[in-house]
Amino acid sequence: MARVMLEVQKITMKFGNLVANDNVSFSVNEGEIVSLIGPNGAGKTTLFNCISGFYKPFSGKVFFEGKDITGKPPHQITMMGLTRTFQIVKPLKDMTVRDNVLTGAFLRSSSKKEAERIADEVLELTHLWEKRNMLAGSLTTADKKRLEIARVLATRPKMIMLDEAMAGLNQSEIKEAMELCIKLNRAGITLLIVEHIMEAIMPISHRVIVLSAGKKIAEGEPAEVTNNEEVIKAYLGERYYAKSKKLDHGL
Amino acid sequence: MKKTPLLVILALLLILPLVVEDVNFQHVMLMMLIFAGLGEAWNIITGFAGQTSFGHAAFFGIGAYTSTVLFYKFNVSPWIGMILGALFAGIVAFLVSYPCFRLKGHYFAIATLAVAEIIKQLFVSWDYVEGATGISIPVVPDSFWAMQFHRSKIPYVLIAYGLFVFVLFVAVAIERNKMGYYLKAIRESHEAAEALGINTARYKLLAMIVSSMLTALFGTLYAQYILYIDPFMVFGLDVSMKIVLLTVLGGLGSVYGPIIGAAILIPLSEYTRTLLGGTGKGIDLMIYGILIVIVVVFEPRGILGLLRKRSRRRLNYGKSNA
Repeated sequence: MARVMLEVQKITMKFGNLVANDNVSFSVNEGEIVSLIGPNGAGKTTLFNCISGFYKPFSGKVFFEGKDITGKPPHQITMMGLTRTFQIVKPLKDMTVRDNVLTGAFLRSSSKKEAERIADEVLELTHLWEKRNMLAGSLTTADKKRLEIARVLATRPKMIMLDEAMAGLNQSEIKEAMELCIKLNRAGITLLIVEHIMEAIMPISHRVIVLSAGKKIAEGEPAEVTNNEEVIKAYLGERYYAKSKKLDHGL
Repeated sequence: MKKTPLLVILALLLILPLVVEDVNFQHVMLMMLIFAGLGEAWNIITGFAGQTSFGHAAFFGIGAYTSTVLFYKFNVSPWIGMILGALFAGIVAFLVSYPCFRLKGHYFAIATLAVAEIIKQLFVSWDYVEGATGISIPVVPDSFWAMQFHRSKIPYVLIAYGLFVFVLFVAVAIERNKMGYYLKAIRESHEAAEALGINTARYKLLAMIVSSMLTALFGTLYAQYILYIDPFMVFGLDVSMKIVLLTVLGGLGSVYGPIIGAAILIPLSEYTRTLLGGTGKGIDLMIYGILIVIVVVFEPRGILGLLRKRSRRRLNYGKSNA
């Protein structure tokens, strides 16, 4: 049995009367790639914010490597080895690509030489080496998303939460992003991925968790989940589901 | 960043006032060094960390008052007063910033402005430090210990130069190391900085304390040079604004910015003052305001930004020809 890396226990998050996360529990094992999917507004990003410390959940607990991290400030959680990227990329615009990554690398080493070594290693790994002297603000969307990953990678995380790292990319860019995810995972980094693009995420995920209207409605291997009635309903709507059933009977 | 231009500027700033014997010119150079240094100090919190402070006069004034009161009341050397002033400024910065940093953007800027005005009012009504009348520093014969030199401005210029080089050194050391990268990350995005493991609250506080302590050093020198201070002179909004404006004009977030800005503003204000006397008061700031508007409309990164843009264009032109 693999070691549990992240354990989310009964997280509930409310904004006024809106319940964005309703009693959500799940866990991620060391070395896994787990995807968090669900229609728009299902509460995926809110859940990310609760786990990474940007929101303090209304109730529930989050454990990372057995330690309670609920409500801790984000920088402490990153220090412990759990970090995240943002759906809306936040490049340090006026800094070069290399300086962006270097900023992340300073977490593990105050010496500039050592930090630069870590940064250059990450730039090679993420194929950003050629663009290292460009200003981060002038990169393409695909490269900005890649830089987001490179930057957190330089903090030497044990686990990364990727928030829609593939949204807005074209087919070949998605493929590259998938390859990067697999490469990171092989290097021993546990991944929790929020994503909309099913054909990209299903092949690389070990497990899939489905959120809908704030609740967890399914969890399992990709093949199981895609055939789950609840999930099809949530994604395609009740009427479509009923219609497809009728068709099935007709055949 | 290349070192050569900075070294050339440093050499010029030292040699010019020593070679040119005109007293007026030496005075202008002295004020330039003081305000360039203040700009460098302010740049740390606002240029690097992106937290706009409109209240740096508070720290300048604390520096000026600490050494002055200690010398005036207890005959303590202004050199010791200078160090204690910096410490006080650091403590005040700590106490004030902690609540102020809960505010973001414009609200933080307004809070710093308000705090500086409050401190000014406190000094105006504080009898122990002579309130609004101000303090005339007792004149003693030329002495290094008392930081008073009446026969020549050169010793003051040298002290100002020393302080300026020190502040510049601190600013460059911050910019090139972990702290500089962290402050710039905070400026660009608070959330991204946190996700990278940066304790944003702590680094902002640290930047504010360093910036305020460096600012206070110049307050002492200014008081010893003018030999008279009152709350309106050293805590005034125009001190804060001058620091802000010259750095923005020169180029925010670069160590060259305050030098360029001070080299334009200070001669402008000093010479309009001597040429036009009392009637000319404020003309320098009017011209200055117009300059700021013009520069910022074309390039928010100040004159330095304009220079960089031009050199980049030339570079690109060369490339496309090749």
